[in-house]
Amino acid sequence: MFKLLKRNRRTTSEYIFDNINILIMLFICAITIYPIWYVIVNSLNDGVDAMKGGIYWWPREFSIENYKAVFSTPGIVTSFGVTIAKTVFGTITHVFFTAMVAYAISRRDLYGRNFYMLVGVITMFFSGGLIPYFLLIRDLGLFDNFMVYIIPTMFNFFHLIIFVSFFRELPNSLEEAAKIDGANDFMIFIKVIIPLSMPVIATIALFQGVYQWNDYFAGVIFVNNPDLQPIQTYLYKVVAESSSNQMMTNAAGSIATKTVTSQSIKLATMVVTTLPIMLVYPFLQKYFVKGMLIGSVKG
Amino acid sequence: MVVKIQQGIEQQGSGINIEKDTKKEKYKKMMRKISTQKYLQVMALLGVVWMFIFNYIPMYGLVIAFKEYSIIKTISEAPWVGLMQFKEFLQDENFWIVLKNTLGISLIKLFIGFPLPIIFALMLNELTSMKLKKAVQTISYLPHFISWVVMGGILTTWLADVGVINEILLGLGLISERTNFLAEPDNFWAIVILSDIWKELGWSAIIYLAAIAGVSPELYESSTIDGASRFQKMWHVTLPSIRPTITILFILAVSGVLNSNFDQILILRNSLNESASNVIDIYVYQLGLQNARYSYATAVGLLKAVIAFILLLSANKITKKLNGTSLF
Repeated sequence: MFKLLKRNRRTTSEYIFDNINILIMLFICAITIYPIWYVIVNSLNDGVDAMKGGIYWWPREFSIENYKAVFSTPGIVTSFGVTIAKTVFGTITHVFFTAMVAYAISRRDLYGRNFYMLVGVITMFFSGGLIPYFLLIRDLGLFDNFMVYIIPTMFNFFHLIIFVSFFRELPNSLEEAAKIDGANDFMIFIKVIIPLSMPVIATIALFQGVYQWNDYFAGVIFVNNPDLQPIQTYLYKVVAESSSNQMMTNAAGSIATKTVTSQSIKLATMVVTTLPIMLVYPFLQKYFVKGMLIGSVKG
Repeated sequence: MVVKIQQGIEQQGSGINIEKDTKKEKYKKMMRKISTQKYLQVMALLGVVWMFIFNYIPMYGLVIAFKEYSIIKTISEAPWVGLMQFKEFLQDENFWIVLKNTLGISLIKLFIGFPLPIIFALMLNELTSMKLKKAVQTISYLPHFISWVVMGGILTTWLADVGVINEILLGLGLISERTNFLAEPDNFWAIVILSDIWKELGWSAIIYLAAIAGVSPELYESSTIDGASRFQKMWHVTLPSIRPTITILFILAVSGVLNSNFDQILILRNSLNESASNVIDIYVYQLGLQNARYSYATAVGLLKAVIAFILLLSANKITKKLNGTSLF
């Protein structure tokens, strides 16, 4: 198509269209990037000075005090620890468990396969909703328990479908060879299937990793202990319940200089919270896109 | 005669015996098969156990919508009250407000937010520079990965009375005095809809871009020979080719019309904009988790889910009749 376009000379209207199209696309990119840029620039500016406003493109009084304040506020540091722990631990358990169930279900010789699939498909259309789920978590004793981030997110039927469609494409011969060597199905899954499935594992791990990193709701409804709340929940409380004053007093204890404000700490926390995702995202984009497409085609 | 009957009985008897044997054999075969794949069975059953606990027990928990559940009793002990909770919701003073906000936000989102990614994908596809196309894709997908909490932080900063939006509007002379936009119910729908588009425009276009990439190049070649312009190709080749994708996503969007973006609204709402921000999902959250009215909140949630399911089925049926594409 593009070859043909180049061979035929573009007409004037096409030329105008192309240029307007490029302009619109650049405009969309600009309004996408700018709010993020604004936060970064303001977080790198002296807090008191930033309150006067007018910082749009570049820091006026460059300062990293805000970031120092973020990393010396005990509550924020603890919350970061929780987020990192739940992202790492939650993603590993999710990928392992979901892939394991998916491998069993992907095997055409599995007895009762249709029943297992039916059990899963029903969950795609019906659910108990928020309150029964809340009562269940309470009855399971997962309140104020780190495991509330791990166990209820260990499995996802949509992800299972992505795994199953990938496992189906794998050649049977390696499995057969392992079976002849006397390996059981679990060992085949560990030793043969997992090493062959790195692309799909990367995709699901990224989806689940971003979910774990960004989720704040579990921390809001199931956790009261501040030592167990993830950074997103901490930020939620700052933004939604406007307890920024409390944040300020927390930070003021550790910072002697009065150049930071609650607002500038908030912005710096937002940057630190988002930075890990922004850094890994461009390199892993293809996995995200692939996962999105498999999920939408099969699901 | 007697002999015949006896034979008949014998035959019947032996017939039953054969059946019994095959049943037994089948059962034995099944057990043998299961025992040879015991590891596999355990692996699959662990998933079923998880789904039983985290999906099916909450489904059973829906019975409290028909009961008067309180924290001191178990679900089975709570007294039945029939449809009382549902009737109460229909007479609730918040019923119409919640319905108006939910449908208002969702329908505007559907009419503006649904076509935009299609247009965006078509325009992206017309870019002749591959490098630019790649860059625009990378940038436009990015906001999808930023959490709503951080987005909420950006929005509250920008929309505050000392925020950027006020500066711009004051500079352009569009407003005469500063306002805190999030404190005014009149602005809330626009804020929710626009910020959602800002965050998801690029990401929602991925599926359409993939569908466009799958259109056969021969169709474009033959339309070029027929002298079609680029707009004609877009209209007569690309759009009809991705129609099945559009239909499927439309069905899903219609069935989700009672869903609000809970994460988004929870962070943007406050006591001042409540009359515009109270949607069904938020109402369920407030009733159930903040006021501990479990049965009532469950009934509201259940009613929503039932209507959503009916919407899904009818949207599916209508599109099936109209253009032959359907979800199931």
